[in-house]
Amino acid sequence: MFGFSRGQLIGFVLMTAVIVAAPFVVYPIFVMQVMCFAIFAMGANLLMGSIGLLSLGQAAYFGVGGYTCGYLVQTFGLTPELGILAAALAGAALGAVFGWLVIRRQTIYFAMITLALAQIVYFWAVQDINVTGGENGIQGIPRGALFGLVSLNKDLAMYVVVAIIFLACFLLVHRVIHSPFGQVVKAIRENEPRAISLGYKTDQYKWIIFILAATLSAIAGATKAQVMGIVTLSDVGASGSGLVVLMVLLGGIGTIFGPLIGALIVVAMQYYLAPFGAWVVVIQGVIFMACVLVFRRGIVGELAHRLRTAL
Amino acid sequence: MKKISRRSVLGTAAVAAAATTLPSLPARAQSKSLTIGVCSDFSGTYSDIGGKTSVACVQQALEDFGADKKGYDVTVIQGDHQNKPDIGAGLARQWFDQGVDLLIDVPNSAVGLAIAGVAAEKNKAYINSNSATSKLTGTACNAQTIHWTYDTYMLSHSTGGAMVAQGGKSWFFITANYAFGTLLRDQTTAVVKAAGGTVLGDAAYPFPQTTDFSSFLVQAQSSGAQVLGLANAGKDTVNSIKQAHQFGITQSGMKIAALLVFINDVHAIGLEIAQGLILTESFYWNMNDRTRAFTSRVLPKTPNNYPSMGQAGCYAGVTHFMKAVDVIGVDAASNGAAVVAQMKKMPTDDDAFGHCYIREDGRFMCPSYLFQVKKPGESSTPWDYYTKLHTTSAQDSFASPATEGCPLVKA
Amino acid sequence: MIMIFGKPAPLLFGQLLLGIINGSFYAMLSMGLAIIFGLLKIINFAHGAMFMVGAFVTWGLLNYLGINYWWALLLSPVIVGALGYVLERTVIRRIYKLDILYGLLLTFGFAQVLQGGLTNYYGSSGVSYDPPDLLSGVWDLGFMYLPVYRGFVIFAAVIMCGATWLLIEKTKLGALLRAATENPSLVQSFGVNVPRLIALTFAGGVALAAFAGVLAAPLYAVNPDMGSELINTVFAVVVIGGMGSIGGAILTGFGLGIIEGFTDVFYPPGSAVVVFVVMAAVLLARPAGLFGKLA
Repeated sequence: MFGFSRGQLIGFVLMTAVIVAAPFVVYPIFVMQVMCFAIFAMGANLLMGSIGLLSLGQAAYFGVGGYTCGYLVQTFGLTPELGILAAALAGAALGAVFGWLVIRRQTIYFAMITLALAQIVYFWAVQDINVTGGENGIQGIPRGALFGLVSLNKDLAMYVVVAIIFLACFLLVHRVIHSPFGQVVKAIRENEPRAISLGYKTDQYKWIIFILAATLSAIAGATKAQVMGIVTLSDVGASGSGLVVLMVLLGGIGTIFGPLIGALIVVAMQYYLAPFGAWVVVIQGVIFMACVLVFRRGIVGELAHRLRTAL
Repeated sequence: MKKISRRSVLGTAAVAAAATTLPSLPARAQSKSLTIGVCSDFSGTYSDIGGKTSVACVQQALEDFGADKKGYDVTVIQGDHQNKPDIGAGLARQWFDQGVDLLIDVPNSAVGLAIAGVAAEKNKAYINSNSATSKLTGTACNAQTIHWTYDTYMLSHSTGGAMVAQGGKSWFFITANYAFGTLLRDQTTAVVKAAGGTVLGDAAYPFPQTTDFSSFLVQAQSSGAQVLGLANAGKDTVNSIKQAHQFGITQSGMKIAALLVFINDVHAIGLEIAQGLILTESFYWNMNDRTRAFTSRVLPKTPNNYPSMGQAGCYAGVTHFMKAVDVIGVDAASNGAAVVAQMKKMPTDDDAFGHCYIREDGRFMCPSYLFQVKKPGESSTPWDYYTKLHTTSAQDSFASPATEGCPLVKA
Repeated sequence: MIMIFGKPAPLLFGQLLLGIINGSFYAMLSMGLAIIFGLLKIINFAHGAMFMVGAFVTWGLLNYLGINYWWALLLSPVIVGALGYVLERTVIRRIYKLDILYGLLLTFGFAQVLQGGLTNYYGSSGVSYDPPDLLSGVWDLGFMYLPVYRGFVIFAAVIMCGATWLLIEKTKLGALLRAATENPSLVQSFGVNVPRLIALTFAGGVALAAFAGVLAAPLYAVNPDMGSELINTVFAVVVIGGMGSIGGAILTGFGLGIIEGFTDVFYPPGSAVVVFVVMAAVLLARPAGLFGKLA
């Protein structure tokens, strides 16, 4: 059903149940942040899992999404769903331009150019103070009313919106992977020369995945901006790019539940270990190393491997 | 199949259970229980002028007030905002949601402003004793916020005014490019221009990651300005002054106007290089018997770092907060506007600042003092660094409320 | 005041000199990176952290052991090199067979561990280290003031870069290294202990970073973030120069430092980003960098 395997279907049902119950048990803002970062990680996972390319600059789209939504909502009074939509378009546009520049490059150079492009976006964010607020960021972004009707000021109302966006993105990503389009992408990953010889324009497929990843990142950034009411340079900086790679790696590259699990663990760590200051960074580093050395499949990947099903 | 279900359920349940145990705060069941949160910079640029010493001052205030003897059960928690407005605002939001009654300290004006918004949204008491931006009692003022200790207006008029009076007519600024630095630069520029001076240039640098000021110092030197205005604070100021010394700026005759300097910075720079610097603080540990007494009481809690004005502000702020709670009761204390209104009604009195009061716009009114850093030979005891040059009354130290755009001020 | 291109001469020369100083660091660090990548095919994202550790070790040697700057110039690279040797033998060795990007991620993780650990003990704004007495003071050159220490940094960097280049290009050891880069198994069959050579090379590259760290300690506040700020630019330098070319790394390092310096004069906000613009431009035109060969 929906192209889910048995394991995935159960996982999906469980996930939805947890999402529905969570705000009554746990601090809702925490769960909303997890979902936003999970969307962000889903985008990076598409790049790393489907076409095997490591982008070191995903935070650029996350930040652009956040700034677009924040600026439009705060300055022009746009309703939240329009703000997030605008952010998605901005992310897609940026992804299209950057993607066209980089998609033909091979692994290391791809990573390096994405890093360079992200630094250029960061520089724009610092300089364009009228839009981004520079070092101060955009503060006090109002949550507004969804479609102009339902006020999102109550955390629970905002939560429902975020949950719906998350589930929609989740299903979208899954659909993309299990569509004919996704099959071609998989073929390109396994043997690009053969795919080319079969007549597929592989660059275009990769480009579309890149745009999709950027769009998801932008949606995540915009949603987070609405939840927290604030967008700052840390959202568009290099640490965010590193963090999302950690989430994907920890969760399991190429799995569909991986991004959520990875995001959950990383965000939870930052909450719980905040009193311990910089130990969070140390632990993140250790997890990175552990994942690369002995845990390459990630949590969900390892689970899937043991249960011999796709997750 | 069943294995997956149980495992996943157990897994998610465990995480959910863990997530609910976010910092647990004491239940309000006992009648006199309060929580104070110290939101500060514990590891970065402002960790010496805020940080652990602020927490020590808060604890000292509770001791001196006799909170235990009066039956109060006060919990003090701390959180590091890492100089990031989103982390600070998120922390404030979480604390207020979970029952913190007073949030205090907050060095870093951008974080300070962000938290003011959250305090108003959640109607909780917020005493900012360590940010500089005068906007806290201007366009960003609200009924839940009190701005203690000092602000950019005070600094620009006191230090800025003094430098101009000494003949420093042409200025070049090095500015921390965020809420605090830009405001301080703009207000000082106004002071300079009002006295007939000029501003030859401004080098605004990214905060908080800049540690190398050489490029800006070169720009300043080549501009030929008489005064190098440092619109920055904390370790940035320390590095700027040290590097200025390395580049021979003072040797070439340029004067340094360190617009915001704390005694902890002077300690870090060392009297050798810092001697002769003119600065403004509203508290000095060695100024009178009351300040010396307070300092000797709090020092054991913060052995390597003497309190400067922001940290003394934490002490005075908590003292006054507890006095207000004494009057209106603990239950009312969770209503930010009520507590702050009570604090504005009562004059303040403590060993750090003496007799002062809080204005309708939330501005804490105290005199400010112009100090000069002693020469190495003049200093007799540890941290004995300042000679007082001039006292400015509270009235003259701060902007008139009518001009600042605070919605609380009736026109 | 003399004006050049509409800017006062002291400003131009001052920024130019600062640019050369920055370039010295770029050159030294990118050289180490190029060496490591050339032989090990590892993208060492921990290089900046090693630079930072080198600076901290310098401070530590003075603060805890009373060992002065001049000894630190020798000891710090040795200590950090030893750390690198151990790292290579225990951890990095295991991932050679994997995709190159895992090396990047592994070293990135290690950098975080180093950075976080030191932040915990010393705070994110770090500690301060003064230049040695012999090198403090300032030269009044007429068109600008040059702190003596900064002049020394340029001098030391040029010597170190030159010496390393000579070692790699002109000596037998260097020839061995270059041969092992091209064909490790063949070199091993000649009786050379290639694994040890590799470990030593990594240690050497990292020691270079630490040497740069010693030079940097009196210049910038010794803080845990000093490496991560630099590493992005250094990677850009290596990529522009060509990932395996040592001479390319040196030339590009100094060159980019100078470009940055000039940008600082004419468009100060741009100096942070000009390197990346150049990198994006170069890579789009010449995918292997200016001096590199597409492997």
